[in-house]
Amino acid sequence: MSTPAREALDRHATPWLFATALATTAPHFMHQPPWLSTVAGALLLWAVWLWWKDHRLPGRWILIPLVGAGSAGILLEFHTLFGRDAGVAMLVMFMTMKLLELKSRRDAMVVVTLGYFLLLTHYLYSQSIPTGLWLLAAMWLVTATLIRLHGGPSSTTRDTLRYSGVLCLQAIPFMLVLFLLFPRISGPLWGLPADAFTGKTGLSDSMSPGSIAQLVQNADIAFRVRFDGPLPPRQKLYWRGPVMEQFDGTTWHLYKGRQPAAQLESLSPPIGYETTLEAHNQRWLLALDAPIALPAETLLNGTMTAISQNAINERKRLRLSASLDYRFNLSEDPQVLRRNLALPASGNPQTRALAAQWRAGNAPEAVIAKALALFNAEFTYTLQPPLLGLHGIDDFLFETKRGFCEHYAAAFVTLMRAAGIPARVVGGYQGGEFNPLDQYLVVRQSDAHAWAEVWLAGKGWVRVDPTAAVSPSRIETGIADALAFGEPLPMLIQLRADWIRTLRYRWEAINNAWNQSVLGYDPQRQRELLARLGLSDTDWRSLAIALGSTCGLLVAGLMAWALYKRPERDPVVRLWHKALRQLARRKVDCPPWETPLELARRVREQDPELAEPFQRVVDAYLVARYGNTDKHLKPLRDAIAQLR
Amino acid sequence: MGIVATLQQKLFRWHSDGTAPMRLGQRRVFIIPSRGGLLYALALIVMLIGAINYNLALGHALVFLLAGLGIVGMIHTFRNLHGLIVTPGRSAPVFAGETAHFQITLDNDRPTPRLGLELEAESGNPVFATVNRKKSSKLNIPVSAKTRGWLDLPRIRLSTRYPLGLFTAWAYLQPAMRCLVYPQPIAAPLPVASPTPVGGERSGDGGQEDFAGFRDRQPADSPRHVAWKASARNANGPLLIKQFAGGAQVELRLDWQLTDTALSDETRIGILTGWVLAADVADAHYGLRLPGVDIPTGSGERHRQLCLEALALCQP
Repeated sequence: MSTPAREALDRHATPWLFATALATTAPHFMHQPPWLSTVAGALLLWAVWLWWKDHRLPGRWILIPLVGAGSAGILLEFHTLFGRDAGVAMLVMFMTMKLLELKSRRDAMVVVTLGYFLLLTHYLYSQSIPTGLWLLAAMWLVTATLIRLHGGPSSTTRDTLRYSGVLCLQAIPFMLVLFLLFPRISGPLWGLPADAFTGKTGLSDSMSPGSIAQLVQNADIAFRVRFDGPLPPRQKLYWRGPVMEQFDGTTWHLYKGRQPAAQLESLSPPIGYETTLEAHNQRWLLALDAPIALPAETLLNGTMTAISQNAINERKRLRLSASLDYRFNLSEDPQVLRRNLALPASGNPQTRALAAQWRAGNAPEAVIAKALALFNAEFTYTLQPPLLGLHGIDDFLFETKRGFCEHYAAAFVTLMRAAGIPARVVGGYQGGEFNPLDQYLVVRQSDAHAWAEVWLAGKGWVRVDPTAAVSPSRIETGIADALAFGEPLPMLIQLRADWIRTLRYRWEAINNAWNQSVLGYDPQRQRELLARLGLSDTDWRSLAIALGSTCGLLVAGLMAWALYKRPERDPVVRLWHKALRQLARRKVDCPPWETPLELARRVREQDPELAEPFQRVVDAYLVARYGNTDKHLKPLRDAIAQLR
Repeated sequence: MGIVATLQQKLFRWHSDGTAPMRLGQRRVFIIPSRGGLLYALALIVMLIGAINYNLALGHALVFLLAGLGIVGMIHTFRNLHGLIVTPGRSAPVFAGETAHFQITLDNDRPTPRLGLELEAESGNPVFATVNRKKSSKLNIPVSAKTRGWLDLPRIRLSTRYPLGLFTAWAYLQPAMRCLVYPQPIAAPLPVASPTPVGGERSGDGGQEDFAGFRDRQPADSPRHVAWKASARNANGPLLIKQFAGGAQVELRLDWQLTDTALSDETRIGILTGWVLAADVADAHYGLRLPGVDIPTGSGERHRQLCLEALALCQP
């Protein structure tokens, strides 16, 4: 065998490799440090320039220091060479540097393999439909490069791209079968690097003025819900997240200690639903108040927040049910009540004074009513409240009177505590947008909300939403209606023209279908699908058999296609056979061994009427088949037409 | 023939089955992953582990698409050889020490081109070929001729890695072709010419006195003998040489017995070969006598071939 590794690369194959490198690294420029993108771009341009000028490639004494410097830069930037971001940065660096070392076909193979590998790394950042399509196109290009490398200079660009398309299309059935049947393992196989799930947004476990207002400007989807029955009324859609019990004067915090279990009494029939949570890197689920049936590995803590065993760091589909009318912790632990009455030792004197004034001689219900009436009378709902000073609650209640849900919840709870009513802040989402196309309720970050909860003897914890007192439309129709025109909301939420909304619904329904059926295809879905195919109780053996036999069938089909020799169909012969069929219809039998002239002679004897037109067919046939001219089919076709 | 060779013969049917244009069928084409294919497979395994670890549904899809591409690539590599028609051609005689070229024609009756074909009879000396759609290509397979006599075409390895380079498909071809290898000439002074028999039937042929006509110029003819006027009349034809009749003609007898008996047989044959070439260049009349062979005197290309052939096949 020769030594193929040393086969030199032909000059005109190199641009293909540049294109491969560019297509597979370019999307990474969006989430890489700028210096790295600049260096990678410069290396690529250098390689192109060297190729253009037909200069010698740099020697090892340049490349080795370059690799060292690049790795050192990445180490300084990310403090590691492994993990998601640093690993991707290393791959991009190697890819562009390999372009300076393209000597043999083996180097080119390394570039192509790296290219395929880099395609995968894009999915670490996004698995959306556009990413999928872009990568399909990139794969087409990389495969074309591979074909160009092995076909040599005689493969033209168009043919190469077409052939690459054929190969990729033929690979798709294999992909579908493997995707459906390949045994799915629910990862991770080992501890993921710390940066695996960065960049996820959502509620945090504390609340200070402005934190939710910031979240509201994000149109990302927080979760999607499909109800088993009809959609409950919008003002009942409170999605409960973290409950914040501790207040330090400006920020509300989660209580981290032990909590006694929640006692929940359901007063209405349960509503079943399936929720698809986007990753938010926290342990709480966002369950509809009040959650009564929870999925496995999830429990309800003392503040009625559903807590999962592990942080939700990937999209998760869960089945839950809720009761919209409930009684929660009728008898509460005195320690918990004390905690929910605590206020900082000093601060907000005006608020305390007002609360003390209300408290005198009034039942808790009356105090609550007074507070809500105050909000209703004088306050404005806005995303851009003025800044608050040292005594934040005082400033808000008596000076600015403009604020957002977090201000109302915080002020209300402070007032209640000062008035001796146990109260706390509940974070979560309110409402959602119903997509009539796929019947999913979409809840976005912009639906983030905060409300209050008070404990009343004989009633337990009761939800009070002070924002509803200021701006009922926030609860009834949603954030976009509640805010005055000109407030900084995401474009997506503001555009309310019907056709845009329909378009958005359609796009989101497609995305949702993609998420549910493609991205959400997990071991459980696989089991369900196989059960539907009659392969219930699947173990790896039956999966392997199903997989092997289907792939075998595909290979056999493809082999048959590839090796089938299409019979030669000379159009002249085909026309001649057509003429013979015409004769057969006129009861002249024509054995295949008879020559045309012989046949014409016999026709003359057998059917004189037919002799004349048939002779013309024979003449035209002989000219077309054996004549020294270019194939003239028209006379033959005309002659046959007259035979009829 | 060793056991292994016999087994290979039985299993792989290397030899031509007698039909001259040979079509490569399923049983003649073999396929294994190439080094690039192993690298690709390794990359796929690492990618699959990554996709599982980060729980990437599209990562799974990409790995499966690439795995499918590998399978499809295998079938297409096989297809690149399958159904190729191989027709043996001619091969011109060469001297020992030179390279013989065996002509092979590859026919492609498929409407797609076959690219990246590699034919190799001797390791390290491949010939690259492409056959366009519905076309044929003529190739010369080089084989170094080491010893005189018949040189059988060794087994040719026809291989390809097109389109993706992930697999190597190959077939062994051994059409019944052989090339005559003349002995390697050894330069030595020509033996003394014997006088021409006077009055014999052959006397007067090729003399220098009476003009007897024209003949085509051979490369060995001196430019001084070219009949320029006659040649100019026929501008597109070969140069012409005036031929004369009558007079004395040197006549050589190149005899096995004239070479030094102390030398080895091969050396003696080499010397005789050198003489034949020298006599031909000198445009002499010469005859050749070898053990068991006696070629009467003559001259010209055909005569030279006859003598060299006898020398190539001589069994002293």
